[in-house]
Amino acid sequence: MSNTRVKFYQTGTFTVGNRLLDDSDRTVQSRPERTNSLNSGHRACQGCGEALGARYAIDAAMRAANNQLVAVNATGCLEVFSTPYPETSWQIPWLHSLFGNAPAVASGVAAALRAKGKKDTKVIAQGGDGGTVDIGFGCLSGMFERNDDVLYICYDNEAYMNTGVQRSGSTPAAAHTATTQAVGSQPGNPFGTGKSIPLIAMAHGIPYVATASVADLHDLEAKVTKAMGVTGARYVHVHVPCPLGWGCDPSYTLKVARLAVESGLFPLFEAEYGEVVARTPIRRLIKVDEYLKLQRRFQHLFGEPGQPAVIAAIQAQAERNIKRFGLVEKGEAK
Amino acid sequence: MLQIRIHGRGGQGVVSAAEIISVAAFREGKHAQAFPSFGSERMGAPVMAFCRIDEREIRLREPIMTPDALIIQDPTLLHHVDLFQGLAADGYVLLNSGRSAEELGIDELFARVPRRHVCTLAASELAREHLGKPLPSGALLGGLAALTGWLQISSVQAALREKFAGISGERNAAAALAAFNRTRAKLAAQEGVHAQAD
Amino acid sequence: MLKQIEGSQAMAAAIAMCRPEVISCYPITPQTHIVEALSAMTKRGELGSCQFINVESEFAALSVLIGASATGARSYTATSSQGLLFMAEAVYNAAGLGLPIVMTIGNRALGAPINIWNDHSDSMSMRDAGWIQLHAESNQEAVDLHLQAFRLAEELSCPVMVCVDGFILTHAYERVDLPTQEQVDAYLPPYDPVQVLDPAEPVSIGAMVGPEAFAEVRYLAHHKQLRALELLPRLAEEFAHGFGRSSGGLLSEYRTADAETIVIALGSVNGTIKDTVDELRDTGMAIGAVKLCSFRPFPLAAVRAALQKAKRVIVIEKDLAVGLGGIVASNVRMALRGLPVAVHTVIAGLGGRAITKVSLRRVFTEVHAQSESFAEPHFLDLNWQVVEKELARQAEQRRAGPTAENVLRQVNAIGTRVH
Repeated sequence: MSNTRVKFYQTGTFTVGNRLLDDSDRTVQSRPERTNSLNSGHRACQGCGEALGARYAIDAAMRAANNQLVAVNATGCLEVFSTPYPETSWQIPWLHSLFGNAPAVASGVAAALRAKGKKDTKVIAQGGDGGTVDIGFGCLSGMFERNDDVLYICYDNEAYMNTGVQRSGSTPAAAHTATTQAVGSQPGNPFGTGKSIPLIAMAHGIPYVATASVADLHDLEAKVTKAMGVTGARYVHVHVPCPLGWGCDPSYTLKVARLAVESGLFPLFEAEYGEVVARTPIRRLIKVDEYLKLQRRFQHLFGEPGQPAVIAAIQAQAERNIKRFGLVEKGEAK
Repeated sequence: MLQIRIHGRGGQGVVSAAEIISVAAFREGKHAQAFPSFGSERMGAPVMAFCRIDEREIRLREPIMTPDALIIQDPTLLHHVDLFQGLAADGYVLLNSGRSAEELGIDELFARVPRRHVCTLAASELAREHLGKPLPSGALLGGLAALTGWLQISSVQAALREKFAGISGERNAAAALAAFNRTRAKLAAQEGVHAQAD
Repeated sequence: MLKQIEGSQAMAAAIAMCRPEVISCYPITPQTHIVEALSAMTKRGELGSCQFINVESEFAALSVLIGASATGARSYTATSSQGLLFMAEAVYNAAGLGLPIVMTIGNRALGAPINIWNDHSDSMSMRDAGWIQLHAESNQEAVDLHLQAFRLAEELSCPVMVCVDGFILTHAYERVDLPTQEQVDAYLPPYDPVQVLDPAEPVSIGAMVGPEAFAEVRYLAHHKQLRALELLPRLAEEFAHGFGRSSGGLLSEYRTADAETIVIALGSVNGTIKDTVDELRDTGMAIGAVKLCSFRPFPLAAVRAALQKAKRVIVIEKDLAVGLGGIVASNVRMALRGLPVAVHTVIAGLGGRAITKVSLRRVFTEVHAQSESFAEPHFLDLNWQVVEKELARQAEQRRAGPTAENVLRQVNAIGTRVH
């Protein structure tokens, strides 16, 4: 009987566990020597995508940095749920300053380490979409422009969740938030607004930009690890569903994240110095409906009569992404 | 305390001139304070700079209201701005011009200060000669030293060399010395004329 | 070493000798000469491994230093006016986190209307943020206060603002005795942080504190500034021993021993005040002056001790609490509570208007003569005609137009005037 090498697609999930993989393919999280930088006991909601993403990202970064890491955190969900006074879940040196200055503060930490000749200590700045896309944008651009030696990780749950689900510059079109309600003739967040920080980061020409999702945690770890091997300004944008804010079942966090990727609405790619160098092709392309209907923030699009035109417009956005990043290989079955 | 006020237009080196006077005074062991008028400086706009010189620490921080000496770097300011406002009764006036004080039409000045305290100097021309550019400050400072006797010409030259490095400093120092000698000669001649007229 | 030097250059030289490790820079008139000089020094390699970071806003400038200081680096920046407001959130944050950052404020008026000239409205806007605020009377003192500031900040773990009058000091050439590197090293040891981001000993800095502990944390910040009241004179004394001159401290007195009228002020105007006091003393007036150096913490006890023997006090201040009157005067009144000393507020020098010896002499004479007509607060050299005319115009028509432009039109601000 011959041995057939089986290619596993969905690794690290309940479908195929880490124990069936080569050691080098296993996640950091699966290892007993993981640092648990974001320790248990934090106060994140059930099913929080951000807590999951942060845990994977930071432990991967710690491994890559030989545990010599300093983290700067913007105000937001992650900061609040990880440091409920008088406790902290962080097992690494961690600084929270303000909402809009995490990139600048991290630049300062990096400068101080350089001044002191501590070449081996690495710096990560992290924040949600609010702190990154909106109020922290100026500082982020400055950090990019100076090519400061900082890896910035944005956990994008597409709204200001910590303050009660208000619209941010990352909120997708048609989504209901507390400040873009599903009421009136154009319910939800208006079309034609919003910005893509990954593309803006690319426009700054920084050494490494990547998008990632908690749908593929191996990929997230790999990208963070890769980023940690690069010097200069680096940016990783992680899509993290928020069950509370999106109105989806807490047990569906990974599923919803996967559907966002498979619809083309959240493209996974890497870029270096402003050029896309890799993308993750979509294996099982789906219509956006499958993704949207699992979230109460889009429920006004469904039912009778629903908003078929709006759904079509969202579908068009997905198709633009697919085309732009080449997410569907020619000849792939739909 | 001696108070010097310099009038000119932005870009003519008025502020530098005040600074150089202060450095020259410092080199002679005096206290000196130089500062600009802090207007919205732009090329061509009227500007002022001030310099105080004293044997002891200077504590006063107001603009110079009652100057003991005036340097007018740009005669186009005459009849346009009240350049002589507050001039002390025995004050000195040095004007950057090839024309005489009488020709400039500032006769009213002669009623206020002694005639021999007013002097014109073709500083821009001297500057063109020595520097190749019509930046008159260095020459005017040489003229000021001659007119007032408040500073040694060697101190002025040393200050110019400190402020302007290399060949530029040398040329400015040369212009200052030329201006100093010319002004000295002019004053002596004036003295002679007046002596005759008495 | 004695030098004839621009104030900004002198300060930069002194700051360089303090061995800063991270300097952030965002330009704004009139402080920019300081950071420009430091930039050149860093680029030429004169500051060792010091990192000079050109940032995209003042908010970023202070934020960078928050990160740097928390990592154990001696950190410095400078700003003025609008820049200080733009970093306001970070100003409070740095004080709350207890980071020993030193920042020069080139005092400049706050808009609107936009104004680039000197007054104290900028540093006054941050007076309760928890930073120590020291005011320099001369460029010599500006140099000396920066040395003392780093020492003070690091001993207390509290940020310090050194306030230096914009243009009047920053852009003035005067004689300054610059210290040597040896003198500075003897006075200012390397920074030994109370808290630091270090992978070897991880800590979380910047937690949210709720009602159960916030008041205690705030009290401790207040207590820290009260400790500065003792530390400032001690550091000034040590400075005097090491450098051979008096500088800083809480305040200093000038001819106050038998004074009936005492003038009190912050910053460079004290020079003009001293000259005026001398002139009036020559006429037999029993007048003296107190130069206040530390505005925060406000030295209530020291001010009381210095002023209590007077019959009346004149506060000359370059700021205005809109809707109230004097800021410094209010603080002075607090120091003198319960005492029968009359405190007169004189608002002067707003937006860079010159404070002249002639005007001060007139005011001091009027107050000393206990003139009843002396308004409270008194606005020195205010053009009441212009004000009345503008008020009349506004009363006449609803769409009166922008106030500033209308006043400028009245005042006819073209060409040069002496003052």
